[in-house]
Amino acid sequence: MKEIDAYSRLVGTVLYWTVAAPFRRQKIRWRATIEQMVAAGLRSIPIVSLIAFFVGLILGMQAAYQLKPFGAVRYMANLVGVSVTRELGPMLTAIIVAGRSGSAMAAEIATMKVSEEIDALWTMGLNPVPFLVVPRVVAMAIMLPCLTLLADFIGIIGGALVGIGFESIHPWVYYTQTADALVMKDLITGLIKSGVFAVLIATIGCYQGLMVEGGAEGVGRRTTASVVTSIFMIIVADVFFTALFYSTF
Amino acid sequence: MAATAKNKKSSRKPEPGIPAIEITDLYASYQGRTVLKGVNLTVYEGESMAILGRSGCGKSTLLRLMIGLMKPDSGSIRIKGQDITRMKEEERKEFLKKIGMLFQSAALFNSMTIGDNVALPLREHTQLEESTIQIMTRMKLDLVGLSGFENFYPSQLSGGMRKRAGLARALAMDPEILFCDEPSAGLDPIVAAGIDNLLLKLKRAFNMTLVVVTHEMASVFTIADRIAMMHDGQILAVGTPDEIRKNPHPFVQQFLNRVPDQEVQDKEMVLQTLMGKGTP
Repeated sequence: MKEIDAYSRLVGTVLYWTVAAPFRRQKIRWRATIEQMVAAGLRSIPIVSLIAFFVGLILGMQAAYQLKPFGAVRYMANLVGVSVTRELGPMLTAIIVAGRSGSAMAAEIATMKVSEEIDALWTMGLNPVPFLVVPRVVAMAIMLPCLTLLADFIGIIGGALVGIGFESIHPWVYYTQTADALVMKDLITGLIKSGVFAVLIATIGCYQGLMVEGGAEGVGRRTTASVVTSIFMIIVADVFFTALFYSTF
Repeated sequence: MAATAKNKKSSRKPEPGIPAIEITDLYASYQGRTVLKGVNLTVYEGESMAILGRSGCGKSTLLRLMIGLMKPDSGSIRIKGQDITRMKEEERKEFLKKIGMLFQSAALFNSMTIGDNVALPLREHTQLEESTIQIMTRMKLDLVGLSGFENFYPSQLSGGMRKRAGLARALAMDPEILFCDEPSAGLDPIVAAGIDNLLLKLKRAFNMTLVVVTHEMASVFTIADRIAMMHDGQILAVGTPDEIRKNPHPFVQQFLNRVPDQEVQDKEMVLQTLMGKGTP
């Protein structure tokens, strides 16, 4: 309970410094943000692509297996396309990034806390939230949707390889099937989700880092906690948003 | 003019001057435990005050309170006449410009070079041009004997050099009061003595008030004009090093003479516990 209270207070402060502060001549630190975008976003491209590709392959094979008895193999394009953009792309990307970058944020900030660097910031009159947390949240909110788009695209390619390679669907047919099945809202709901996931990953990572107590042992505990909590919260949020989009669209 | 003249002749001889820090009846708790139980202490301008005590006696908490990292349960801390426990955000910013803090682990930002570390407060709080900031950074590093190390990262420096760099950063805004947490902890005696000398030199050069929290006896007697002895959340004794040496209080004597806590005296009891017959 106390944790939830402290966490929501951090999110409130982050919102204040991200949304309200720019109007009060308090700039967002773009240099730090770009550094974070590179660390959390660009460097995740290989692993995200690889996993998205494999998931596309798996999904393609499973879909073909199910649809073959009905003689509807070419509809696997629809199935792969829709499930990747609406669901698997955003969620898998978020989970990979939570494990890779959310944990790194927790560990980095926790180490700074343990080595008194956060205290040093305060005594220099610098608030760690705009200084450390906001750049990370902003960077994540920009990069995760981009990574998700990439994962969507590569996942579909993975499915297409199965369809074209093993099921001998003509590439053009596969393409038109996918293009017909996908509507803008599939893509957009996926991106909305990934935006929410991004804020969750970055704020939970930073929160866990800032809450560390004790030495190196505490850093390890908080890093683990950040991964577990973010993945849990990603799935909870996913259920919520999927239900919301399912009932409204 | 009168004030500056008075400041000039201060330093070694502690005479009641203008109080820089006044702590009255301070109570504070940390993680539900009351750590400070009514602390009263006055530090005068231009003097160096060493706060001495064993680990866990509350001296670090007292320091954190003085630099505004913690809020007390009750009592007040007046620094330069301003109660820092009840400050608005703007006042806090102004207050923080007047103080510098050297952390135990130096607390340099590991992702930045030494030069950027020292320049950070200047970049954040002043409107100076980048070239001026560069010059000032070099000056501060020169002051602590680290000229030429601007582009090194903290991990490339030795412990003593990191402390010096931390000191340069603490001095960046020309503070009136410098707080040091265990300045010689983890350093070999020669390097530690170097840091002590540096602190004294800087204090005299800039007429700063120095508050040092430590448990190193050797460095206390070189640095301090006055010593405050803390025990169990309270100030036990305050005085010049000589006065403290002559203080008859058993704890003060135990601390100064490095006497360990009394062992269990009843040998019979010890024997029984060892044989498993004693009370659990």
